[in-house]
This record gives sequence, C-alpha cells and structure tokens, in this order.
Amino acid sequence: MAGSTLEIKDLHVEIEGQEILKGVNLTIKGGEFHAIMGPNGTGKSTLASAIMGHPKYEVTSGSILLDGEDVLEMEVDERAKAGLFLAMQYPSEITGVTTSDFLRSSINAHREKGDEIPLMKFIKEMDSAMDYLEIDKNMAQRYLNAGFSGGEKKRNEILQLMMLKPEIGILDEIDSGLDIDALKVVAKGINKLRNENFGCLIITHYQRLLDYITPDFVHVMMQGRVVKSGGAELVERLEAEGYDWIKQELGIEEETVGNNA
Amino acid sequence: MSIEAKQPYEKEYVEKFSAEHNEPEWMTGFRKQALESASTLEMPKPDKTNISKWNFTKFNLEAETQGLDSLKDLPDDIKVFVDTEKDDKNLVILRNQINAYETLSTELVDKGVIFTDMFTALKQYPELVQKYYMKDAVSFDEHRLTAMHAALMNGGVFVYVPKNVVVEEPLQAIFWQENPEFALFNHVIVVAEENSSLTYVENYISFNKDEETVANLVTEVIAHDNASISFGSVDNFAHGTTVYMNRRGIAYRDAKIEWALGQMNDGNTVSENVTHLIGDNSFSYAKAVSVGRGDQSQNFTAKIINYGKQSNGLILQHGVMKDSASAIFNGIGKIEHGGTKANAEQESRVLMLSKDARGDANPILLIDEDDVTAGHAASVGRVDPVQLYYLMSRGISQQEAERLIIHGFLAPVVNAIPIAAVKEQLTEVIERKVY
Ligand SMILES: Nc1ncnc2c1ncn2[C@@H]1O[C@H](COP(=O)(O)OP(=O)(O)OP(=O)(O)O)[C@@H](O)[C@H]1O
Ligand SMILES: [Mg+2]
Repeated sequence: MAGSTLEIKDLHVEIEGQEILKGVNLTIKGGEFHAIMGPNGTGKSTLASAIMGHPKYEVTSGSILLDGEDVLEMEVDERAKAGLFLAMQYPSEITGVTTSDFLRSSINAHREKGDEIPLMKFIKEMDSAMDYLEIDKNMAQRYLNAGFSGGEKKRNEILQLMMLKPEIGILDEIDSGLDIDALKVVAKGINKLRNENFGCLIITHYQRLLDYITPDFVHVMMQGRVVKSGGAELVERLEAEGYDWIKQELGIEEETVGNNA
Repeated sequence: MSIEAKQPYEKEYVEKFSAEHNEPEWMTGFRKQALESASTLEMPKPDKTNISKWNFTKFNLEAETQGLDSLKDLPDDIKVFVDTEKDDKNLVILRNQINAYETLSTELVDKGVIFTDMFTALKQYPELVQKYYMKDAVSFDEHRLTAMHAALMNGGVFVYVPKNVVVEEPLQAIFWQENPEFALFNHVIVVAEENSSLTYVENYISFNKDEETVANLVTEVIAHDNASISFGSVDNFAHGTTVYMNRRGIAYRDAKIEWALGQMNDGNTVSENVTHLIGDNSFSYAKAVSVGRGDQSQNFTAKIINYGKQSNGLILQHGVMKDSASAIFNGIGKIEHGGTKANAEQESRVLMLSKDARGDANPILLIDEDDVTAGHAASVGRVDPVQLYYLMSRGISQQEAERLIIHGFLAPVVNAIPIAAVKEQLTEVIERKVY
C-alpha cells in the first residue's frame, strides 16, 4: 500500500462548550479521493479544523491517527510536518508578511535546518506553480491574503498545496466563490497532485467541482456525523434531489448540529 | 567633569564651552538665557507617564574622543548602518558629539547643499543657523528639558538644501554615544527651501547597559513651499540612557514631511514627534514603530496640527510590548479653525507579547473647524491565535510564526525607511529586541 493513512474514529468535538461533532468515523488512504457533502452547519469545517488543530475546537473523545501516530498529540506545525494540509474555507489575512516570504518559510519548515531551499530554486518553483494556476506574479509580493479576492485566496491555498506536496490534503470549500475558469484551474492543480501517494478529502457543496475531480468515495454529513457514504454516483443524486431523501431515510428532521436534541 | 547636583550647569561652564567652539555671540547669549530659565521652568509632563524619578540630572559632559580615520575603524555594531559598498556617500558621524567623519558628494556641494556638524555650521553659516535654531519649531522655554538642551547643546548636524535643488541620494547622520556616561544634547536642523527635496536618515546608538546618562535631543525640520522631506531614523540607545526626544516639523504651502521613526531605545524614553501643517495643501505622514522590553517605560506622542486649508495629516504608530515594559502611544490630530477641507487620521496599534507588559493607545482628535474629514483607529491586543494557527498549519513553528506576525505588524514603518542598510538594521534591532 502506498502513501499515508488518516484514520478518524468516533470523533467528538466541541466549540465553546457546544458539541458539534458527535462521532465521526472516516478513513482516507493514499491515492484515495473522498468528498464530503452536506447542508450548511452540519460540521464539515469543524471536522477539517479538528484534524488540523484549530485552537477553538476541542476534541472531547475519539481519535485521529496518521499512519498509526496520534495526531491529537501533535502541535499544529507538527501535524503539517507529518503530512497533513488543510486548505481553509476562510484563510487568514496577515498584513506585513508577503506571500512569497510565507511560502518560503513554509517550505523551509518542512526541511532540515541548514538544508533550506536555495532562493533561486524556490523562486523557480513558485513561478512555475503560479503559472500553472494562472496566478498574477504580483501576488508573491503582496501581503498574505490581505485584500485578496475570494478567488485569489482559494488559488493561493492551492498554490501552497502544490508547493508543500502533503500526504493528505483536506480542501474545505476550495470551489466556493470561484468563477468557472478559476474552478477549472484549481481542479487542474489538484489533479496534478493525484497519484497513489496522495490522499485527499474534498469538502464541497457542488457537483461542478466533482465533475472535474472525480471522487472515489462520497460522504454526507448531518448533525455532526457521517450519515451516508457511497461512490461518485451519490453526487449526482444529491445534485438532482437534494438532501431530503437522506433525511427521510434516516428519520432526520433538522440536519444542523444545534437542532437535533 | 561629572555633574550630579541640581544646579550644576554653571554659567562659567557654558561660557567656556561656547568660547572653545568659537560660537557666534548670539549663541553664547542664547545659551546663557536658556540656562537661567532652566532653573525655574517645570519639567515636561507627558500624558500618563510619570517621569519624576527618571534620571535627567546624572550625566557626564566630557569624554575623551578620537576621530575616525576610516569607516573600517567603526565597531561592527555601527558599521552595519553604513552602506560601505557605496562610494558616493553623504554621511556625517559624530562620536561623542565630535565630528569624526564627514563626506558630501561634490555634486551636492556644488549645488549649495550644506550637510555638516552644528559647530561647523555655526562658524560657516551663523546667520542661516540663527534663522532656524529654536525659532519656529521648538522654543527653548517650553519646559526645563528644552531649556537645558538649549544651554548645553553639545553637537548635532545642520542640513540645508537650497531652492529648487533635488537631492536624490539620502543624507545619513550617525550619532554615536561611545562613552557610557557621556550625555548627548544633540541638535538637528533640516531645512528644505522652496521646491527642493531630500531624504535624511539618522541613527542614534549607544551600548551603556548599566552606566547611566541622558540624551536630550531636539530636531527641527522645516519644509518651505512645495518642498519635500523624507525623514527616517533608528533610535537605539542602550538601557542606561534616559532619552528625551523632540522631533518637530513645519510644512509650508504644498510642502511634504514624511517621518519613518524606528524607536528602539532600551531605556526610559519620552519621544514626541509634532508636525505643524502651516501651509495650504501641506502634507505629513508620521509613521513610528517601537519595541518595549525589560522594565523600560516609554511615552510616545505623534501629533499633527492642521492650520492650512486642505492640509492632510496621517499618523501611524505600531508598538510591540514584551516583558514588563510599558508604553503610552498618543496619536493626536488637531485641526485649527480655518483649516477647511483638512484631513486628520490616526492609527495606533499595540501588540502585547507578555501579560506583564503594558500598552496604551490613545488616539485623540481635536477639531475646531466644521468642513473637515477625520478618523482614528486604535487597538491593543495579543498575537491573533487564528493567524498563528494558519501559519503553523503550513509547518511553521510557533516561534517562527510569531516572528513573522510581529515583523508584519511593524512592516509599514520598516518598509518606509529610505536607506536599505538602515532598514535591514532596523529589522535586526527588532529581531534582537523581540527575542
Ligand atoms: N463559536 C461557536 N459557538 C457555537 N457554535 C458554533 C461556533 N462556531 C461554529 N458553530 C456551529 O457549529 C456548527 C458546524 O459548523 P461548521 O462550520 O462545521 O459547518 P459546515 O458544515 O462547515 O457549514 P458550511 O457548509 O456552511 O461551511 C454550526 O451550526 C455553527 O453554527
Ligand atoms: Mg464549512
């Protein structure tokens, strides 16, 4: 078996005292592309944030393992160095720090001290990734995400993904706010990474992204759990029929987290 | 001579000092007048900072000093501020207030630009100096410290750019308090005549961690009609030096004064930067950064007063506070009656790195005119945990992530410093102070 394996077992997560995830189980292996869909407010971003270690999210029980290593014991930077990457739904804006300096620090963080990437090599790699994603070169010298349009932020997340080449990538609504051309470019970037060593979890509301990136597995989240899993065919049915049939099947009335007491 | 008592500045000392420097008569008289006032005037009272226990009286006025044969002889800590690669430098270095090194490109000399130490200027251009020396910008009798400054002024530089002359290359002054107890009463005058422009950058530096002394500094910056002055600085006095810094600007019609101040002293500091926008359509952007560490207490005031119509005054103060340091940041915009269509904006932000540090941001708007625009923003906060998370999620360690955020926070001012070598040094000083 190639690549890494991310195992999420019976994960419970609270935010500010309120339980959001109520027992999520999911396993992503190298080479597999998983999609998570689900109505607003059902815990998709919470899952992504808990995996990466967002300070506001508290894991109350369950486990997350990467190749058997306890991810929950790791600091955020250690998770990244272990091979996890999260393209965030709402990336932070950091004025004063250029995109290029940030990228270089990120790459060097993954390398040994004393083995920093040579500047010219870095610039070449960054330029070619920016070309591939059709990003305006000026972005490298602009402050990180500051004043970026929605689409620019998303492309910047994929730029980081391409340059850091993680084992497991989690993409939280990477398609939201993208026009159709940008969507194609972003999908092209993600597909470039597709190989037997790279596992990916794509959180999305829309079939249109999955038309370009065919998932191997599709999961539906409601009420802080994965309530249905299937193959790529599930996407079409959701697009055509919405979520009601799943709710009926499972006897769910209100799908969001707060309303299921 | 060591000075400790309350009334130590004997008239004889001042007379002798003035005579030794062959000063013009007006200067000697001015010093004596100021000396007299010093004993009766009150100390300044910076808002919210109590300076009554600070050392303003214990210092030494004499120091053995050598010149400087070559820039190579500078200690490394100072050499780094100088772009040694470049031949055509415009540089003055005062070592314990003695002019140790001076160069000005022949091109600028030919154009009538003056850039020399204050004593030389007093000798060669006494009338010109007299025209500006503590006249329109700073008065000697504002309080005891300005009076002491006027009485004991022991060096400085005089910068003069004639009408219509555009100085492309920056002028740089380095004020090196080499003797650990030697006091600096440094006086800087920068004058840009009509339609002229220049960039001036100064560095103050000392290494006296424990030995105590005083730096009492006055800077007067005058931009005549349609002149443009870009003023950068890195203040880097060591812990033992108590600093009173008064930088004042006057901008006449269509004139522009831009400040980029790196306030990196390690000792107690009062620093005020006031700009008077006298002329219509005059402009000033006052940017300042500072890092407070250890037990130091600091008080920063950035103030712009709009008199002229359509004058525009912008203030940006960013401070980082760590350990048990404390600092007050006053950002004051004042629009006088008659300053129609003037604009005043202030932004004061403080980043707290430790729970024992104290930082206060006070943006103040005082407006005596109806038809104006104004705005202010202030914040005191810690490093944003979500920003940290974002950076760390790419593998960057917490310490490195904090470092990036702090440099980013200070970048608007650091990037405005006009000399590359000085900008780099400021970055390094920040690095040293923060870690
Ligand atoms: N600070 C908070 N306090 C309480 N509840 C919160 C807080 N932050 C988020 N939540 C709730 O957690 C739930 C799950 O949010 P999450 O962001 O994971 O949803 P999502 O599935 O990603 O939704 P979307 O599709 O809209 O992005 C929501 O009901 C949200 O309101
Ligand atoms: Mg979400």
